[in-house]
Amino acid sequence: MLRKKECVAMLLAGGQGSRLYALTNDIAKPAVAFGAKYRIIDFALSNCINSGIDTVGVLTQYQPLELNEYIGNGQPWDLDRAFGGVHILSPYQGKKRSSWFEGTANAIYQNIDFMKRYDPDYILILSGDHIYKMDYAKMLRAHKETGADCTVAAIEVPLKEASRFGILNTREDGSIYEFEEKPKAPKSNLASMGVYIFTAEKLFKYLEADDEDPASSKDFGKDVLPAMLAAGEKMFTYRFDGYWKDVGTISSLWESNMDLLGKDPAFDVSDPDWKIHSRNPLAPPEYVGKNAVLENSMVALGCEIEGTVRNSLLAAGVTVEEGAVVEDSVIMAGTIIKKGACVRYAIIDEDVTVGENATVGEKGDKISVLGRGISIADGAFVAGGKILDKDYSGE
Amino acid sequence: MARSTVGVIFSHLSDDNLPEIANRRTMASVPFGGRYRLIDFALSNMVNSGVTTVGIVVKNNYQSLIDHLGSGKEWDLARKDGGIILLPPYSDETEAPYTTRLEALMGITGFLTHRTEEYVVLTDCDGVAHMDIADIVRFHEEKKADITMVYHEEEGAGSSYYMTLSPDETGRVKEIEINPRIRGKVDLYINVMVMSREFLINTIQDAVTRGFSSFGRDILTKNVGTLRIFGYRHEGYYASVARLKDYYARNMELLDKKVRDELFGARDIYTKVRDSAPTRYLTGATVSNSLISDGCVIEGRVENCILFRGVKVGKGSVVKNSIIMQDTAIGSDVSLECVITDKNVVIRDGRRLSGCEEQPYFVPKGRML
Repeated sequence: MLRKKECVAMLLAGGQGSRLYALTNDIAKPAVAFGAKYRIIDFALSNCINSGIDTVGVLTQYQPLELNEYIGNGQPWDLDRAFGGVHILSPYQGKKRSSWFEGTANAIYQNIDFMKRYDPDYILILSGDHIYKMDYAKMLRAHKETGADCTVAAIEVPLKEASRFGILNTREDGSIYEFEEKPKAPKSNLASMGVYIFTAEKLFKYLEADDEDPASSKDFGKDVLPAMLAAGEKMFTYRFDGYWKDVGTISSLWESNMDLLGKDPAFDVSDPDWKIHSRNPLAPPEYVGKNAVLENSMVALGCEIEGTVRNSLLAAGVTVEEGAVVEDSVIMAGTIIKKGACVRYAIIDEDVTVGENATVGEKGDKISVLGRGISIADGAFVAGGKILDKDYSGE
Repeated sequence: MARSTVGVIFSHLSDDNLPEIANRRTMASVPFGGRYRLIDFALSNMVNSGVTTVGIVVKNNYQSLIDHLGSGKEWDLARKDGGIILLPPYSDETEAPYTTRLEALMGITGFLTHRTEEYVVLTDCDGVAHMDIADIVRFHEEKKADITMVYHEEEGAGSSYYMTLSPDETGRVKEIEINPRIRGKVDLYINVMVMSREFLINTIQDAVTRGFSSFGRDILTKNVGTLRIFGYRHEGYYASVARLKDYYARNMELLDKKVRDELFGARDIYTKVRDSAPTRYLTGATVSNSLISDGCVIEGRVENCILFRGVKVGKGSVVKNSIIMQDTAIGSDVSLECVITDKNVVIRDGRRLSGCEEQPYFVPKGRML
């Protein structure tokens, strides 16, 4: 047997996702539920397997319990392999030192031995918090064709938002001459997607150098890429023009969920040629009651719907009782919306109870958020934009 | 947890119940309840009771069953020791493959002999029930029974071959009748049986030497006086799927919350997953009193229906009182009433089909109308 993998993927999944507030109190951002049945990490993992990459290291650090359990042996993504497959890589105690992962580059550096076991030619670095469908095999082909040492996936973003991203300034042939991390005055609108392919030897060399540099913040965007550029390594962009969304904030998470709705959704998760794999809920089909109204919505297995649901996504086992109204909202698994309650412009985490005739959220651009497992008292009012992670009586 | 019990499922013995649906697949792989196959209920009962080795007796047309079962991992039955073991017919030049239950059992004596479990639970795929196998085995032990037969109180029997039991107050069965005329309620044997493995092997070997061919006629009814045969009364949900009209009614029953809670509420039912996207209800969809599986896209009107995975209902279509199986594509302005469509059916724009509850209109697999 060939004890080698051409390309090994390393998926950064250790981030806290603090801008998701109550949604990431107990779980890492990649484990946050998305699109009625998925979790954010499903997209990167599905991209890997659909691109023919069957060896994936998942770097976890912040609240890893649920993420680890979710990934398990990788079987839902067909990543349970005798050689390769998915591996959870947590910070560990070493002979010389033991430390937490300090920055994205350091997390990969600390797992150099994992990568080397597969004798890879290329390393694919991924983030566990983006929603997109991308064929990494095409990007790898481009990487080989240009003879690059590093290829950075890039997408055009609106110029006014460009200062939120790592911006790539390129020559006509796509080669990068400058890398600006969150520039105040961006020169271009070509943003890094946080998806990199490195020629393995070069990556190992620069990670080792980065580790020895006390001034480095151990970050790919801030340290490793600029260092490679300064040393004159060949760096190219790989243009991606499909749907891509960083769901690091409440509003982007909400918007991205909404992008799944409609007859021709902005982001299609039902493409038979690019299946999004996930751990499936064990639940019977959803029941839609006699007086239920369901419009422009996505509903997962096990739901019981007697009320009205419009422009919303309901994950497995959600109950919407008679007379209740859910509009423009994302409801995660197991939540109960009681009789007469009204939920608008909200993201409600798993196993929440919204009491009878309670009101959560208001029309507008501020999304209300209810954290996992809490109860909202009968008749209580939760204002638009409010974020709660404890039971709420309304006073 | 069922003490040391091995399961045997007869996937095909009731194929004649539903010639429409089971002619190209075994009864075990007949779709039921929006996202399941009949075998899922038998398998889930076993797994949920701690039975982790299940032999599945197959005879012919079992491709769809193999496809459904895969390695058994969805039922947590991909095991180093045991798990799902398919038992296809074994025959040499002189013998044709078996036709009866007893002959099927003769063909799996090798499997039974090599197992080490103390008990065997045998079940068919002609019904849907939530059943605690461990409790039946416990009953079997307590009664020091030779054979425990599970029965359910039914009004009438739908299949062409059935047995009624007359257990006394201790549960001892002193009389078994085959195909009697039924008036009112009877204790109908529902094709679930427990025996010790040793007893079963001895019974089969004895039957071989005597040239018996029917388990019901040659073993059960003949020895009802001498063997310790006990009836275990199944109290919970049981849906017999004996004819197409029963199949229709039993599916429709799931629209009743009480029935759903009985079947799905207490424990998990495992099945093959397809990684379908959640169902999308588009603007203009009107859905009421329906059970809908994942991967559907609904733009029309759906009333009192069971929709399996990946069904499409186009704009302006009205689907009522129907069972629509996996990946059926219903175009626009279609009208369906009391229809059962098998998998991968295509109903073109503007078509109208209707049946009645006693005789639903059945559209075979892959048909384009």
